Amino acid sequence: MKKMILAAAAAALLASPAGAQSVKIGFIATFSGPGGVLGQHLYDGFMLGIEHQGGKLGGLTPEVLKEDDQFKPDVGLQAAQKLLQRDKVDFISGIVFSNVMMAIYKPVIDSQTFLISSNAGPSPIAGAQCSPYFFSTAWQNDDPHAAMGKHLQDKGIKRVYLMAPNYQAGKDALTGFKRYFKGEVVDEVYTAVNQPDYSAEIATLRAAKPDALYVFYPGGMGVNFVKQYAQAGLTKTIPLYSAFTVDATTVAAQGDAAIGTFGTAFWTVDLKNPANQKFVADFRKKYNYEPSTYAAQAYDSAQLIGAAIKAVGGKLTDKDGLRAAFKKADFKSVRGPFKFNTNGFPIQNYYLYETVRENGKLLELGRGTVMTDQADAYAKDCPLK
Amino acid sequence: MSRVGARPLALWFGLALLLALPGLAALLDQPFYLTLVTRMLVFAIAALSLDLILGYGAMVSFGHAAYLGIGAYAVGILAFHGVTAAWIQWPVAIVGSAAVATLIGLVSLRTSGVYFIMITLAFGQMLYFLAVSLKAYGGDDGLTINVRSRLGGPLDLSNGSVLYYLVLALLLGLLLLCRRLVAARFGMVIRGAKSNERRMRALGFPIVRYRLTAFALAGTMCGIAGVLLANLTNFASPAYMHWTRSGELIVMVILGGMGSLIGPILGAFALLALEEALSSLTQHWQVYLGPILILIVLFARSGIYGVLAPAPKASDG
Amino acid sequence: MIDPQLLAFQALNGLQLGIMLFLMAAGLTLVFGIMNLINLAHGSLYMVGAYLAAAFQGWTGSFLLAALLAVPATLLLGVVVEIVVLRALYEREHLDQVLATFGLILFFNEAVRIVWGPNALFVALPEFLSGQVELPLGIIYPSYRFAIIAVGLAVALFLYLLIARTRVGMLIRAGATNRAMVGALGVDVKLLYTAVFGLGTALAGLAGLMAGPILSVESGMGEPILILTFVVIVIGGIGSIRGAFLAAVLIGVIDTMGRAFLPGLLRAAFNPSIANAVGPALASMLIYVVMALVLAFRPQGLFPARGA
Repeated sequence: MKKMILAAAAAALLASPAGAQSVKIGFIATFSGPGGVLGQHLYDGFMLGIEHQGGKLGGLTPEVLKEDDQFKPDVGLQAAQKLLQRDKVDFISGIVFSNVMMAIYKPVIDSQTFLISSNAGPSPIAGAQCSPYFFSTAWQNDDPHAAMGKHLQDKGIKRVYLMAPNYQAGKDALTGFKRYFKGEVVDEVYTAVNQPDYSAEIATLRAAKPDALYVFYPGGMGVNFVKQYAQAGLTKTIPLYSAFTVDATTVAAQGDAAIGTFGTAFWTVDLKNPANQKFVADFRKKYNYEPSTYAAQAYDSAQLIGAAIKAVGGKLTDKDGLRAAFKKADFKSVRGPFKFNTNGFPIQNYYLYETVRENGKLLELGRGTVMTDQADAYAKDCPLK
Repeated sequence: MSRVGARPLALWFGLALLLALPGLAALLDQPFYLTLVTRMLVFAIAALSLDLILGYGAMVSFGHAAYLGIGAYAVGILAFHGVTAAWIQWPVAIVGSAAVATLIGLVSLRTSGVYFIMITLAFGQMLYFLAVSLKAYGGDDGLTINVRSRLGGPLDLSNGSVLYYLVLALLLGLLLLCRRLVAARFGMVIRGAKSNERRMRALGFPIVRYRLTAFALAGTMCGIAGVLLANLTNFASPAYMHWTRSGELIVMVILGGMGSLIGPILGAFALLALEEALSSLTQHWQVYLGPILILIVLFARSGIYGVLAPAPKASDG
Repeated sequence: MIDPQLLAFQALNGLQLGIMLFLMAAGLTLVFGIMNLINLAHGSLYMVGAYLAAAFQGWTGSFLLAALLAVPATLLLGVVVEIVVLRALYEREHLDQVLATFGLILFFNEAVRIVWGPNALFVALPEFLSGQVELPLGIIYPSYRFAIIAVGLAVALFLYLLIARTRVGMLIRAGATNRAMVGALGVDVKLLYTAVFGLGTALAGLAGLMAGPILSVESGMGEPILILTFVVIVIGGIGSIRGAFLAAVLIGVIDTMGRAFLPGLLRAAFNPSIANAVGPALASMLIYVVMALVLAFRPQGLFPARGA
């Protein structure tokens, strides 16, 4: 796929004067190292999004410049600077991790280039540092956790045990959870980042006998935790609720250990709307693996960008027009109805999902809506209207 | 043994190119290359500081990147609280790095060899975890620095060229400083201790004190690099302090040619350029970088500088 | 007061972690002590062991079969690495060895991603070990982890017998003391080294394949274990299997107990916000603090190799 893009890029460079009939998009994500699988999911979703628009974005031929931030903020920054200054891209998208986002945010915004986040959504840019050049087709970091907190509150769960890794996203996750959950937090445990073994913590939590467990363990940590939790025999006795811990990127490695766990997301693979059904079917066919929320997010990024370019008739210099088009978000999102908040973050529904084995595959299937039209908690600090 | 006399033409040319870069970048309207090279210069300072202890003193510190973090966070935390004057931030960074390096050195220098490697790694990790847990300053999300250090007058660091020349000047200045140190009695003691510690002790030199001083100096210099890195990226992050970053610094020193001062500078340029070039070729560039490293260790031991300016056969180095 | 059952449970967890660390540390300390080689790629061998086990399990459907295949396969890979890369490094300084094996880490981390993709792999628990065992004091402990403890202890016994009671073991100990003399006595030192390295690799591969079902099999999984392993052999005393065992168990227990009880203890002593901020950080730093203390006061390790 990448060779095709490079070839297309080369052809575009040779054939046409840059900017006239083409649009350049800088796609910064983590492609190497442990977080690399997320970058791959984002990129694949994004490229499928372009493909579904006939290989064009709003009528223009896209040139997607892929950059690896190696999960290092300063490398991400260098990549952003290269894309802005040397390659003169028209849009920047992607960005898996919040620390990379924080490093590149200001330079991108200051250059008046639109930044369409396909994943990262740290709270400072949802609040006081919001910008008219920023839009996210993902979520604000706190939201999925807040949705689960509300769900457990509504369900009448009284005593919850919380666990997350000891870094910013982990702390934000549990803060978000507690926003709507008003029951008793039996304990709030922060484990070392990339800690492989949770036997100590699992033993302690078993002894504490909470009604439910809520965790946030993305990536490899989630694989480890869920496996060990199931091996301790706890999945049936203390229900496991989580966000970003059991999803299409981890469930293959977790295997049956993930069955019977619950998560929350703004999108599930079985959402019944035509855009999603097409997305899921084609994604499976083209890439031969199950799409995740990350793929869905990036797919929507591509759709959003295409819709905005179409709205301004391909005139990329019309920044105000583009902004109005972005705000309008007139595209068919795979999550169903889609609208933006004043700070560029989506206002969207959250669904509960349960992991089951169906037709031999492990899938996360929707089990109802837990929150409708959730807006993030930081928009009130954003001065934009 | 000094390679001072054998400075090849290539290096002078390189220096001229570096001096002319901002002008060239402006001419060709490629400001990106200015920031790219500034970043290389910053890491060159860090690698240079590591060479002082690794190349000349055989102290393999696997926690050297921690000082990048200390320097960066000194700028970041002070800026967060509204203190943006360089004449406050930078001394704090320098004193902080020196103090931490001295403390770590006091414990670490009681060991040597692989134990020294491990204990410096351990301290580096401790500082990394500490930075990650600083929620008030962003934790691992990092700390955005909105305003670069204010130097006053015409020296406006938000101007890329000004920052570039400042970093270049500091690099050259520190290089000259290190040269003097290495050639002076201080350097002789350190190098002698690397060669034959027993003899030096027999001669009555307080080795540990000398080594500690070298260690603290190296940490301080790296802290300065951290200050510059924070200004360049407008960001401070625990990622600057991870042990893999320390590993990269060691790679830069060896790649360039340890124990030559100029070598590590070349090594920093080479490694960052290699990463940049390889990563645009393939996502899997590290599968090539690994074997390249092995080949260099096996066959080109004296690094790039060793190739450029081969040492005379009879050496005591 | 702390529940005794919980305490016992955590102690078992600590023992299990220690056993895993011992498997890694034994190989590393042998290689370092006898061949004077620092091998940073030891963690990569552990990772390859886990990946191979996952792959074999995918093909054969059986964990046991996969385990039986993975150990020799990892061993083979280790021998190849030794012949191609490491032989040239024996006479070199430690620094060179650190660098070259650092290069191996980069290579292997990327190579597994090229072969198996960036996603974490799935390794299924063997059926007969997926339940729990009931131990005295009413403790319900996962069978698999119990099996790890059992296997590790068996390996420890085997190593002790090998080193102390067999001719090969005697050669190994002799080689550690005086390499040149052993060569002069007609022993093929190169072969001995390859054998020792192979043994270390097999142990690492075993640790990796046993880790597969409980940990995430992904690129880079070796580095966290590697660091812990170095901490263990430094504390235990380089070249000493006995030291590796005792230090591994010590570290396993300290780390586990620290993570389990330190935050709670801190909360009892200080106010919650400080405890929550400091607790986790301190718990993760604890082992490094211990190592620093050992190095400061007893640099040769707590249980140094006798006569080495």
